[in-house]
Amino acid sequence: MSDNKEFFSRRTLLKSMMAAPIMASGVMGSRQVMAAKPATSEINTTGLAVDDDTVKVGILHSLTGTMAISETGSVEAETLAIEQINAMGGILGRKIEIIKEDGASDWPTFAQRTRKLLREDNVAAIMGCWTSASRKAVLPVLEKENGLLYYPTFYEGLEQSPNVFYTGQEATQQILASLDWLWEEKGARTFYLVGSDYIWPRTTMKIARIHIEKVLGGKVVGEDYAPLGHTSFGSMINRIRLRRPDAIYGAVVGGSNVAFFRQLNAAGLNGNRQLLLSLATTEDEVLGIGGENVEGCYSAMKYFQSIENDNNEEFVKAFKERWGEDSVIGDVTQAAYLGPWLWKMAVEKAGSFDVEKVAAASPGLEFKKAPEGYVKVHKNHHLWSKTRIGKWRKDGQADVVYESPELIEPNPFPEGYQ
Amino acid sequence: MNNFLSLIAEKRGLPGVLILALVLLVLFPLTMDINNLNLAGRFLAFAFVAVGIALSWGYGGMLSLGQGVFFGIGGYAMAMFLKLEASDPESTAAQTTPGIPDFMDWNQITSLPWFWEPFHSFTFTVLAILIVPTIVAALIGFALFTRRVTGVFFAIITQALVTIATILIVGQQGFTGGANGITDLRTLMGWDIRTDDALFTLYYISAVLLIGCVILGLWLLSTKYGSILTALRDREDRIRFSGYNVAYFKVFIFAVSAMMSGIGGAMFTLQVGFMSPSLIGIIPSIEFVIFAAVGGRLSLVGAVYGALIVGYAKVMFAEAYPELWLFLIGSVFIAVVMFAPYGLAGLYDKYARPHIQRFMREKGWLKDGASPTLPSASTEAK
Amino acid sequence: MDYSMQDLMAIFAMQGFAGLSFFSVLLLMALGLAIIFGQMRVINMAHGEFMVIGAYTTYVVSEVMGGWGSWGAEYYILFAIPLAFLVAFLVGMVVEVLMIRHLYHRPLDTLLATWGLALIMQQVFRSVFGAREVSPSTPSWLDGAWTPTPMIYIPLNGLFIMGLTLVVTLGVVWLMYRSRWGLRVRSTMASREMSAAVGINTRWVDRLTFALGCGVAGIAGAAFTMISSTGPTSGTLYIVDTFLVVVFGGAGSISGTVVSAFLIAQGQSILEFFLGSSMAKVLTLLVIIGILMLRPEGLFKSKVRR
Repeated sequence: MSDNKEFFSRRTLLKSMMAAPIMASGVMGSRQVMAAKPATSEINTTGLAVDDDTVKVGILHSLTGTMAISETGSVEAETLAIEQINAMGGILGRKIEIIKEDGASDWPTFAQRTRKLLREDNVAAIMGCWTSASRKAVLPVLEKENGLLYYPTFYEGLEQSPNVFYTGQEATQQILASLDWLWEEKGARTFYLVGSDYIWPRTTMKIARIHIEKVLGGKVVGEDYAPLGHTSFGSMINRIRLRRPDAIYGAVVGGSNVAFFRQLNAAGLNGNRQLLLSLATTEDEVLGIGGENVEGCYSAMKYFQSIENDNNEEFVKAFKERWGEDSVIGDVTQAAYLGPWLWKMAVEKAGSFDVEKVAAASPGLEFKKAPEGYVKVHKNHHLWSKTRIGKWRKDGQADVVYESPELIEPNPFPEGYQ
Repeated sequence: MNNFLSLIAEKRGLPGVLILALVLLVLFPLTMDINNLNLAGRFLAFAFVAVGIALSWGYGGMLSLGQGVFFGIGGYAMAMFLKLEASDPESTAAQTTPGIPDFMDWNQITSLPWFWEPFHSFTFTVLAILIVPTIVAALIGFALFTRRVTGVFFAIITQALVTIATILIVGQQGFTGGANGITDLRTLMGWDIRTDDALFTLYYISAVLLIGCVILGLWLLSTKYGSILTALRDREDRIRFSGYNVAYFKVFIFAVSAMMSGIGGAMFTLQVGFMSPSLIGIIPSIEFVIFAAVGGRLSLVGAVYGALIVGYAKVMFAEAYPELWLFLIGSVFIAVVMFAPYGLAGLYDKYARPHIQRFMREKGWLKDGASPTLPSASTEAK
Repeated sequence: MDYSMQDLMAIFAMQGFAGLSFFSVLLLMALGLAIIFGQMRVINMAHGEFMVIGAYTTYVVSEVMGGWGSWGAEYYILFAIPLAFLVAFLVGMVVEVLMIRHLYHRPLDTLLATWGLALIMQQVFRSVFGAREVSPSTPSWLDGAWTPTPMIYIPLNGLFIMGLTLVVTLGVVWLMYRSRWGLRVRSTMASREMSAAVGINTRWVDRLTFALGCGVAGIAGAAFTMISSTGPTSGTLYIVDTFLVVVFGGAGSISGTVVSAFLIAQGQSILEFFLGSSMAKVLTLLVIIGILMLRPEGLFKSKVRR
């Protein structure tokens, strides 16, 4: 993170807080911003750090190390959401106090910090984690200490914990709709699957292959994985070229993603000549790839910064006021922004900060002011959300060319796709 | 046994070991809450590796940048045992194939792979933790040292080995848990390892085993073997011309250091509750060397302090000033190499020890002539 | 699958080019290290970071010259490469004066100290340029592919890097083996005392040699902005491969490095074509280690006695 972002001016902070009540008024209705406070003993029976004026919430991301690149946006979004909530009077009359912890891109550190947050600070909820590995590392601690985590990243699914809410998409939400779109709108019949060699791309491609072959009746002409950090894609590109797929379906991540797109583009397989849809390319990644190298390629996400609706307009404006005009907002950043809001709604519905009650109150919650549009919490702790497909422009933003007509049901353990 | 103790006492080390034992077994448990103690336990797990590095690098002159491989073997062996225990048919009833680890089920593996089978047995697991790293190291060492691969080349090759290990573990996720590692480990033979009491006990087990490793190392160094080893590091050719088979000495000490790393890995898994490839890659493997270098490459006790101090500094400092942390650790590292090549132990020998000894002599606690010194602190490492 | 003869020929040609292109990438990465490690026996773990210095220099030049209109955006790379060399060269010189020269007799310690240096440099990059990756824009004359036949696509930036590698390699070979200065370097490395005795200023020879290696790394970094990512930790992606190339080639000979880069690149890219990247990488590393066990000094033994 560039350091100067940390030292925002007081004025921009005030401005973004002024913007918050306007945006949130729709969420709250008129009922309760100034409503009488319930007594602390009623709303906190499990020894959480809640007193008459404040409630503590942990933010746990990598501020240092290799993952800091990706996790910065999530920290910013979560902080913004919490500041906005505070500016409207907090939750049940309590202001949220943030306890920020650094996972340092190291999974044991994530686990240890989670334990600290839950046992020493007694936080009522944690917004955090980014990689699957870090989530897997904190999961046992969460379940043992009965904590509550809002996890923002799109991920491979195959998990459903009573102590976690997943505000990003699980794999099928990204995959199925985007494959259907490639099939119907673009007439793609043959597919080449490319990913980084780890669990998310492999699970993703497994589901994709089954959908292509069994459901759509198309053909997978190749499947390739590159080790994380791989930077020379010449041979892989030739393999792709030899098979002449109608569409390349990509889930390459990190530094490899940059090399992949740059080399594809240089090899003449650019957006104008080759249909390419990526599941791991958001506005954040495009900064590093360079707009001219992804121009014309597609991404399947639930959110793009360029989505046109009132919620998003306010969100983007508030985000830029708070974190700088140059900020870009990717899919995960938006999902991270949902966490504090969904938690607030659940707490208010439950009338309690107790983890069980919050978790029990969550399914069925509807959040109408989400920047991505309307979302709903499923009883499997994932979100109903739309799938969108964006076509990248040279300036690093995407034109949304497709939006699923309905919210797509989250299905972390997809029958028939395993 | 008497002979054993006197060997240590005659040489350097016994007072140091006693103080270390006092710090680890009394001071830490008394002054730390369970969170910090668990943290210390994690660093002690790294300290096993650091002690091994001090032996093989400080005394044997072999700098391995691949200790993560052995740490990983120990850690994964333990994790496999614990994972199998956590994957009993009842708790995995929802899976397509109950009774196998969850990540295998997600990867369409329908029966337990053959190399997982023996890890149902705790005895086998313990033996694997001790023996597999030793054998692997012996094979690697044998192949490299009999060909007289030395110094820098050895370092680079071991680094390549770590790269291979990580790519394989991440790529073969159906068998290894992939990038996420083997997670959600709960019990060791029915004993819940996640409770405070268990973490406390595990800390003690680590500390005692670690002190055992330090004593073993000191004892090895105090034998004739140790003298030859040190001589070998400084003048390999002369030892060779004296008729010793140099390679076997190196293979042996490298295998011992690998075994220690393996134990460290197993203790790490127990205390953290999971094992993942990010813990054994190139960067962690270099960090192990950092611990040994900061503590003092010629001091086994120093390596333990090195692991603890660097570990804690990282936690404390990175928390307070995340932006400055890399500057600090980078500078410390350069400073240690340039100004204190023998690390904290070297500084202690140079500045603190003479005063302490003078003080002790004045008090009549220490007889003249019995002053122990580091054997080679005055000679330059090769 | 049925492919026409033409298809196969086209793929064959492009695969050959992919191998050559990877070869030039490896060689460009390794040249600087071949000088520093091969000649001076300094294990520079910060080599990747010196490449990143070059990459960020290129980024800055592209940002600045991009503001000068289309002319700047088109040809900035021609200015960025020499500047990248210069910046990395100067930083290398400073590092040599402050750190490396105290460690010449302790090669393994240079490994540790330069690792510390690498960490510091990474943090400097992060503090100055931010944690996110940056992307210098590709000039349009390097964007796209040359298509000699409708089926063959030769990436222009790959050709550019090949050309650059050729020039840099010839330059380094000339400097080390044909110039008086190279003679001094080689004599210093062979025997410091004797060289000093015949009047060579060995201190400056060391300094310039180290700085030259860093400068070449800077050029590599500048070139790689076109094909790969530029971020604070990008340097770590290269370090293992780079060392393997130099060690495999037999430290101490530039020609060894060239041959080794060629074999590794061709081997790996052919394996990649048939087996996929992960297995190819593992197999390549195993073969390299296997060969190093048989020939610990690498392919080409250094003829200098140490």
